[in-house]
Amino acid sequence: MDQKISIYETIELCLLAGKIMLQSGAETYRVEDTMVRIATAFGLAESHSYVTPTALIFSTSGEQPAKLIRIEERTTDLHKIAEVNAISRRIASGELSARDAKELLLKAESASFNYTLPVQILAAAVTSACFLIMFGGTWPDFLPALLAGGSGFAAVVYLHRIVQVKFFSEFSAALVVGLLDLLFVWLGFGREFDKIAIGSVMPLVPGLLITNAIRDLMAGHLVSGISKGADACLTAFAIGAGIAVAILFFH
Amino acid sequence: MWAQLMTSFVAAATFVILFNAPKKSLLQCGLVGMLGWLLYILLRGEVGEAPAVLSASLLVGILCQLFARFYRTPVIIFSVAGIIPLVPGGMAYNAMRQFVENRYTAAIETGAETIVIAGAIAVGLVLSEVLNQMLRRRPRGQM
Repeated sequence: MDQKISIYETIELCLLAGKIMLQSGAETYRVEDTMVRIATAFGLAESHSYVTPTALIFSTSGEQPAKLIRIEERTTDLHKIAEVNAISRRIASGELSARDAKELLLKAESASFNYTLPVQILAAAVTSACFLIMFGGTWPDFLPALLAGGSGFAAVVYLHRIVQVKFFSEFSAALVVGLLDLLFVWLGFGREFDKIAIGSVMPLVPGLLITNAIRDLMAGHLVSGISKGADACLTAFAIGAGIAVAILFFH
Repeated sequence: MWAQLMTSFVAAATFVILFNAPKKSLLQCGLVGMLGWLLYILLRGEVGEAPAVLSASLLVGILCQLFARFYRTPVIIFSVAGIIPLVPGGMAYNAMRQFVENRYTAAIETGAETIVIAGAIAVGLVLSEVLNQMLRRRPRGQM
C-alpha cells in the first residue's frame, strides 16, 4: 500500500512539473524529458508521456492508470521554465524528497511575474522602436514606433483581460497600432508607415511560436508542431488583418 | 553599424522582459541577440537571406549552449533572445497584409519565403544541439 501511494504521488509530481512547463511555453521535448527524469529519480524506470500544446498524458507501465491534464492557458514565462528545470535537476540528483519537491513546484507555479505591467509596456515600446531601426527605419520614426508599440502591447494585455479570445485581442491591438501609425503619419509626426507598423507590431508577432513549431516538427513531435504552427498562423493573420482594416478606414 | 549593434542589444534584452526572463540573464540575452544580428547583417548582402539566417541562428545556438552550461539555465532562455531579431515576423506580417489586400500571388510568395526563413532558424538551432551532443558524447534524452 505504501508503495502504491508513493507511485501515485510520483505521477502527480511529474504531471505538476509537466503542466507548469507546458503552460510556460517550454519546448515539447523538454517537458517530456523533465517528466521522465523525475519519474526515474523516484524509481519508476518505465514511464511514457505524450505532450501536445493542449493536453498532457502520463502513464507508467504498472497498474496505475494513465492520467491526463488539460492545458487551457498558454503563455511564455521563461522564469518558470528555469525554476522547474532547476527543481527537476535537484530531484534527479537525489537532493529533494517528493514532499519538498511538490512544495517547491507549487510555489513556482503561483509565482507572479518578475516585472510589473508598466515595465512590460515600456519594454514593449523600446523593443518596437529598436526593431524599427534594425529593419532599416530612420531615427525620426523612433518616437512614433515607441508610442505605437507601447500602446499596442498595452491594448493586447487589457483586451485579453476583458475578452478571453486571443484572436480578438490581437486583432484589436493591431488595429490600434495601425490607426495610431496612420494618425502619426497623417500629422507628419512619422514618415514611413510600413516601417513603423512592422516595428510596432513586433511585440505581438508570434515569431517564437513559428520557430518552435518547426523545431517540434523536426524532432518528430508532429501533433505539437502542427498545432503550434496553426496557432502562429492565426495570430499572424489577426495582426495582418488588424493593420489592413486600419488602412481601409483611411481610404 | 553602431546603431544596429546598440538597437539589437536593447531589443533582444527588452523583448525577453515580455517573456518574464530571469533578471540576471537579461545582459546575456542582449549579447546573444546582438551577436546573432551582427552575423546576419554582415552575411545578408553576400550569401542571401536564408543562408545568412541559418548561420546566424547556428551561432546563436552555439552561444546559447555555452551560456546554458555556464550559467546552469535552460537553453531556451537565451535562444529566445537570440532568434527574436531573426524571426521573420515582419515578413509574416507582410504576407498577411498582402493576403487581406487581395494580392494572393504576392502573399503566397512572401508566405513561402517566411516558412523558409523560419525553417532556416530551426535548422540552425537543431544543428547547434547536434554539435553539442556530439561534443559531449553523453547519451541524453534530448533531441
